[in-house]
Amino acid sequence: MTRADPALSFEALTMEFPGVRALDQVSFGVRGGSIHALMGENGAGKSTLLKILSGAYHPTAGSLRHGGVSKRFTSTAEALRAGVAVIYQELHLVPEMTVAENLFLGRFPRHLGFLDRGTLRKEAELLLRRVGQDISPDTRVGRLSLAQRQMVEIAKALGRGARTMAFDEPTSSLSARETGRLFEIIRELRDQGTAILYVTHRMEEVYDLCDAATVLRDGKHVVTHEVLTGVTRDALVKSMVGRELTNVYHYRPRPHAPGGLEVRGLFGPGLRVPVTFAVARGEIVGFFGLVGAGRTELLRLLCGVVPPVSGEVRIHGTTLVVDSPRAAICAGLVFCPEDRKKEGIIGVRSVAENINLSARREHLRAGAFIDSGWETRNAATQIERLGVRTASADTLIGLLSGGNQQKAILARWLSEPVRVLVLDEPTRGIDVGAKSEIYGLIHDLAAAGTSVVMVSSELPEVLGIADRVYVMREGLVSAELSRPKATPEAVMRAALPAGAAV
Amino acid sequence: MIFRSVSSSSRLVRIWDSAGMLLVLAGLFLVCSLFVDNFLTVTNLRGLALAVATIGMVACTMMFCLAAGDFDLSVGSIVAFGGVLGATVMNATGSVTLGVAAALVSGALIGFFNGVVVARLGVNALITTLASMQVVRGLGFIVSDGRAVGVRTDAFFALGNTAWLGVPVPVWLTAACFVIFGGLLNQTVFGRDTLAIGGNKEAAHLAGVPVIRVKITLFTLQGLVAAFAGLVLAARMTSGQPNTSQGLELEVISACVLGGVSLSGGVARIGAVIAGVLIMGLVQNAMNLMNIAPFYQYVARGCILLGAVLLDRLKQRG
Repeated sequence: MTRADPALSFEALTMEFPGVRALDQVSFGVRGGSIHALMGENGAGKSTLLKILSGAYHPTAGSLRHGGVSKRFTSTAEALRAGVAVIYQELHLVPEMTVAENLFLGRFPRHLGFLDRGTLRKEAELLLRRVGQDISPDTRVGRLSLAQRQMVEIAKALGRGARTMAFDEPTSSLSARETGRLFEIIRELRDQGTAILYVTHRMEEVYDLCDAATVLRDGKHVVTHEVLTGVTRDALVKSMVGRELTNVYHYRPRPHAPGGLEVRGLFGPGLRVPVTFAVARGEIVGFFGLVGAGRTELLRLLCGVVPPVSGEVRIHGTTLVVDSPRAAICAGLVFCPEDRKKEGIIGVRSVAENINLSARREHLRAGAFIDSGWETRNAATQIERLGVRTASADTLIGLLSGGNQQKAILARWLSEPVRVLVLDEPTRGIDVGAKSEIYGLIHDLAAAGTSVVMVSSELPEVLGIADRVYVMREGLVSAELSRPKATPEAVMRAALPAGAAV
Repeated sequence: MIFRSVSSSSRLVRIWDSAGMLLVLAGLFLVCSLFVDNFLTVTNLRGLALAVATIGMVACTMMFCLAAGDFDLSVGSIVAFGGVLGATVMNATGSVTLGVAAALVSGALIGFFNGVVVARLGVNALITTLASMQVVRGLGFIVSDGRAVGVRTDAFFALGNTAWLGVPVPVWLTAACFVIFGGLLNQTVFGRDTLAIGGNKEAAHLAGVPVIRVKITLFTLQGLVAAFAGLVLAARMTSGQPNTSQGLELEVISACVLGGVSLSGGVARIGAVIAGVLIMGLVQNAMNLMNIAPFYQYVARGCILLGAVLLDRLKQRG
């Protein structure tokens, strides 16, 4: 047959955020009745594309064609009405309500103005049967397994007449059996003519499930394979990571001295085996892994956020009892969390207060009183040093851009001497200019003798900045690579789940 | 550092932010002085100040609770219990010191208990203090057998019924609370930590703020101050009354909210809280002078509170 017009196509789609171009002239199409893989590293633009598809973002330029018509969704509800459903990793169901109620949320069947429970139940059962589930429509969603909830979400989309569906790494928390069932359903949907966009990191899934594949990198369209036969895994990986590392990372070799941070047999929730590693003074060590590899969990154990089950942490030769972030901070080990909004900033307080929050170890008058002169000077110094763009030190930090919030949080740790700096995704959601400044700062700190541990899911970032790379996969450290050996291919190979090896 | 130009509208917002309630207070005071007979007399103003003394003292620590994102409904009961217990112990031992000490220690213990349950056991503050509110009210009735306990030691009345420089002692004590807790909020690590916890508990914890310790401390302070306010009130009434101060907790929270303290935590200013307390007292005083029936006063107070909160919302949106 001649290739039909794609059911869904993106035409020169561009999405700009202040300082970042998340998508740059991306064009490709997804045919009806096919499963189209969307691949790329974190930050390649996949999520942005999905968000445009679901109506959460509005593209800066370019367009989205669905069923041959140019569309511009202004809300998720509108996208759903047009037959486009995006199924995210975090599912959007109300756990306190029943399956049936969730399926018909916002469009309950009514009879004379009253909720028609009979019809609700019957229609819910029909929908559940379409996704092969024999759960009772009266079960509360909160009691279902994640895989079942995903099915409910798919049924919900079907109930709204979705002709195009996008999945965002749907198997990341599913068992092999559950994955198999999900694939069956997705294939059935395809055979019924649904156009499916499938975001994944896993090579095996691409070859197992998908008919076509598109690779994005740095917000640009790299390649679309309409047919996957003859396309090797190596070729796909290369198109995902292949790029020139430029000097935005400010990398320069530094002398290392032993005895910075030593971690022996650290074990706790989120890890599969105890982890042992060391970071010398003045060394920058990167931890790379895909989402769910256990990187964040490891950092949380290290910094006392989650109490470890076992293991020993030594800083400059002294064993440290990490039972709280406070204890870690007092020992000179500080942690910059991943979720800035939830765990980093105190949005309703000023930039100055946020900067000075932890700078209390050495700068107190009489132990309890704040030295406000010192605090004012320190805030001004740090704002200047890190180039925080703010109207004044008294501006509420919640009003700043993400990059400037991140710089202010870093400043929180730089006001007093730090021995070990632990960063979880320090440049997430930050524009390129601010990223480069933050890399420069990390290098300066390392040059001054700080041991730096940085977790990132952006491969180029890890390779660009780290002296040594530990790769994590499924709750364990799968490789340790020195800078010369840490090629993108080698790191990716160690990071991909077992059985998906390139 | 790059400074953005501050637009005139945001400058207005900032002025309103820092002095809004003081302006409202000044305006109200002016209006009452001009139009309400007998308002601007020494006797009336002294009465007004005395009337807000209890609310004022308790509002100081309530401000801390709210700033940390919690609140405490047990304060009214602690005020009554503190007075009753103090009076009973004084009558039994003949010692003012012992009576005062017993009331303060038990108030602090109740607060400490609230703090432990809320902060360490993680029970919602509303539920916890709703429970202790009833328990403590009951304890007050048990200690006094449901009757007012007349104090027989005259020395105790100095706390309530004497004046210094023409200003009643309870008013001085309230002013002292404002100064102490204002300083605690603005000048100490404890104050900053409290605001940080209310602003973002998780971030504060990760930044090394001892969240649990701070919360327990501020609930303990709350109990201590409420018991102290109860003693002062008992001294004024020359007896400990188990029935007193029912609903005080809501008046105190109203005054704090009127003073711009955010119920979701993280935002509090002592100046605005003082203004909130005075506005509540002033409106009530003016209504009394104008012989407005108490039934209508409830309606008026509710409307004022709602108006203040709506104004706050508008400000946030604008």
